[in-house]
Amino acid sequence: MLDARIPSGAINEHWDNHRDSISLVSPANKRRFTIIVVGTGLAGASAAATLAELGYRVKAYTFHDSARRAHSIAAQGGINAAKNYPNDGDSIHRLFYDTVKGGDYRSRESNVYRLAQLSVEIIDQCTAQGVPFAREYGGLLANRSFGGAQVSRTFYARGQTGQQLLLGAYQAMMRQVDRGTVELHTQTEMLDVVVKDGRAVGIVTRDLVSGEIASHPGHAVLLATGGYSNVFYLSTNAMKSNVTAAWRAHRKGALFANPCYTQIHPTCIPASDEFQSKLTLMSESLRNDGRIWVPVRAGDTRPPDDIGEPDRDYYLERRYPAFGNLVPRDVASRAAKVEVDRGKGVGPLANGVYLDFDEALRRLGPGTVRERYGNLLDMYQRITGENPYETPMRIYPAMHYTMGGLWVDYNLMTTIPGLYALGEANFSDHGANRLGASALMQGLADGYFVIPYTLGDYLAPHLGEGLVPGDDPSFVETERRVTARTEGYLSIGGSRSVDWFHRELGKVLWEYCGMERSADGLRRAISDIDSLKEDFDRDLRVLGTSSTLNQSLEKAGRVDDFLQLARLMCVDALHREESCGGHFRVEHQTDDGEARRDDANFSYVAAWDWNDGHEPVLHREPLTFDHVKPAQRSYR
Amino acid sequence: MHLTLRVWRQDGPEAEGRFETYEAAGIHQDMSFLEMLDLVNERLLTAGREPIAFDHDCREGICGSCGLMIDGRAHGPQGSTATCQLHMREFSDGDTIVIEPWRATSFPIVRDLVVDREAFDRIIEAGGYIGAPTGSAPEANLTPVPKETSDAAMDAAACIGCGACVAACPNGAGQLFTAAKVAHLNLLPQGQPERWMRVERMVETMEEYFGSCSNHGECEPACPKGISLDNIAMMNRDYLLSKIRNRKLGGY
Ligand SMILES: Cc1cc2nc3c(=O)[nH]c(=O)nc-3n(C[C@H](O)[C@H](O)[C@H](O)COP(=O)(O)OP(=O)(O)OC[C@H]3O[C@@H](n4cnc5c(N)ncnc54)[C@H](O)[C@@H]3O)c2cc1C
Ligand code: SF4
Ligand code: FES
Repeated sequence: MLDARIPSGAINEHWDNHRDSISLVSPANKRRFTIIVVGTGLAGASAAATLAELGYRVKAYTFHDSARRAHSIAAQGGINAAKNYPNDGDSIHRLFYDTVKGGDYRSRESNVYRLAQLSVEIIDQCTAQGVPFAREYGGLLANRSFGGAQVSRTFYARGQTGQQLLLGAYQAMMRQVDRGTVELHTQTEMLDVVVKDGRAVGIVTRDLVSGEIASHPGHAVLLATGGYSNVFYLSTNAMKSNVTAAWRAHRKGALFANPCYTQIHPTCIPASDEFQSKLTLMSESLRNDGRIWVPVRAGDTRPPDDIGEPDRDYYLERRYPAFGNLVPRDVASRAAKVEVDRGKGVGPLANGVYLDFDEALRRLGPGTVRERYGNLLDMYQRITGENPYETPMRIYPAMHYTMGGLWVDYNLMTTIPGLYALGEANFSDHGANRLGASALMQGLADGYFVIPYTLGDYLAPHLGEGLVPGDDPSFVETERRVTARTEGYLSIGGSRSVDWFHRELGKVLWEYCGMERSADGLRRAISDIDSLKEDFDRDLRVLGTSSTLNQSLEKAGRVDDFLQLARLMCVDALHREESCGGHFRVEHQTDDGEARRDDANFSYVAAWDWNDGHEPVLHREPLTFDHVKPAQRSYR
Repeated sequence: MHLTLRVWRQDGPEAEGRFETYEAAGIHQDMSFLEMLDLVNERLLTAGREPIAFDHDCREGICGSCGLMIDGRAHGPQGSTATCQLHMREFSDGDTIVIEPWRATSFPIVRDLVVDREAFDRIIEAGGYIGAPTGSAPEANLTPVPKETSDAAMDAAACIGCGACVAACPNGAGQLFTAAKVAHLNLLPQGQPERWMRVERMVETMEEYFGSCSNHGECEPACPKGISLDNIAMMNRDYLLSKIRNRKLGGY
């Protein structure tokens, strides 16, 4: 039975009680511990900075050439916090409630409550670091609203919120690098966790420039390595985002939770051709002022300006009067698919819906629209060659975020003692669907405010223990395997590029494990993935050597791990005989096509055991709801 | 479109580099520049030749990873556009395109089109932050910041650290990048306590790694984020003042 170590007492006291009761490491003793932080995105950089400030010796790793380039940099829209500055009725409880409901009652209440509590401190922290959040003329912080909420609680820095938050965390970390408390390893990819006597004792890395494989011992290992959306090949994630760190940990014994909970984002630019390498997100904040519509008549190919009001269907406003264009992402995405599947898609490939700023331009004027969304609209124009101030934008859902990830307890520890997962890499707070502007909040809560406390609880009893030396058999053996795996890709000598396999995998997953899933489709996907993996092992072609920068070789390892993860996603999706959040099984829907949960049988976290590569074994963590009563979500 | 590419190939930091010529047929105008290179790489691999190494990640102009000299212009012909956002509709059938890495002594070539921009991190380390240890922050709205100030700070903070400004500069100077960070932090009330230390340390670290600025002004047009030369003026002024302020009692 999985023990999430949820504290006792009233939910609003869980975190305080927990902090009061867990073990601490004294300031003087902290420097006797070496903490490995893999990943320097929002979660990793904030953790590395904070742990170093507290006195730990931190070693941080990223495969980027600078920590400032992590995928977090691309987040556009904003970060939630229950500050209630607009005085519109927000509170910690309401943010908690919205997040549990938005997650379709598949998240842990206690974690979410803590997240809502910490949200407030995050804004204070980031403001103190100089994050230039948007402000009102009076000089106070501005807010906007986001999908899934009826209050304005989202803080933002133009359309570059992730960039500014990441730069804040990166700068705080670089300050510690300057002081010698963080040892930063850039262009270094972690390729395995080292486990000895059941505990995480370090990592093995490859230097991406020299190819050198090396061991790095630590008293604890924190993975803040991001999400796995790129398993779909086309997604909104940065090209290098991958699952390798988490997957390698999984193979070493860390359970992987809810892999099938993936999120499709409703507002992305539709693909334009087969060479498309990634999809570009248009921040969901656009739904605040943009109106979504399709022609009433299928196959109506008139230009949008020629389609009069009576011939337009503002389907979200029609179907969901209470939330309108601001329904949660999963609802908005599926609704778009329904319209496009009915032949109402717009654009040259009929693969999009309109997002129209016409009404907003008239109501607010071009100046205000430009101020709020200027950089997004410019980006759209650069990519499509169309001017959104004159003609409606075209959007379509794309793979965006992964709620699933390494299973962690309330302390963010995986099932391997000493190994933690932070940020998008864990499964913790978003249940089956994440609300907009909540990932930045979670990554920073984990890094700035949770791990600095909870880590001590594990470390305290190990005070005085030295590091496991890098020449210990556990390291030597892991290094040997990593080297063999890397050299193995070079020696296959097949005919197909790693990108080819990645693209094929993406097609299978999008078709069968994307916006809609069915038992038949998932079975088919599993067998397709199995044969693709066989081909990969036989027919991959990677040129060059392992002793220089070799980008295809890097990618080979990542795609290999994606192939394995993809299978587990399908297994998970097949076993979950219900629809919830981002997981929509066609067999389980209401009469009007909404997701139908099965609380009696599936109100649990599905945490999978690798089982040495045999059929994965399921462990369940039951979910209880004492504060938010699960209901059929309704945004009408 | 059919294009001819002349691409810089270099096997490693110490190796001799050379231009190689590739024919790129069947290029669609809706492809991005990097998608065009993806396709060329796919074809090279099929022909048994190693793909061209180039850096990229977000492909939406925000991470600052990409950066190519295209026909002698940093990030290519389109203004305010990072390489990854450049689309092939900016080129014409039959064009010959010369593709090189950033050329600057402070950015050594790692391989082919990939350079090492670590010197930028050294500048940030030297003072490109506000010292606000986690947990010590006051309530955010206790310090109002005039909207104009906050907007100006945000304009400067938009820098993506791509290095085009350095690559475009005949002296390989790092002024625009450094000034953007100095201005972002020195404009804000939160940045005042460290203002003079910050600018002094950052400028002097910059000078260790980068060439000196002789006001060519090539950096501004090359910058994909429209970082203004005014930031450099502010940095220079603050740097001069820092020499007085940072002396004992100089600030009083
Ligand atoms: C386009 C876009 C817009 C978004 N907008 C918003 C928004 O408005 N609001 C919001 O709340 N969320 C948003 N999100 C989601 C949010 O940005 C991410 O969930 C979040 O930034 C993830 O942060 P992270 O720190 O967990 O991981 P990441 O930022 O992905 O960082 C991962 C780090 O791990 C490193 N790494 C990974 N594997 C290895 C390895 N094996 N070895 C060494 N290093 C490794 C990487 O180098 C990187 O430093 C958006 C996402 C996208 C794609
Ligand atoms: S100032 Fe402009 S060109 Fe220079 S690094 Fe920043 S974004 Fe790039
Ligand atoms: S790839 Fe990120 S800015 Fe170009």
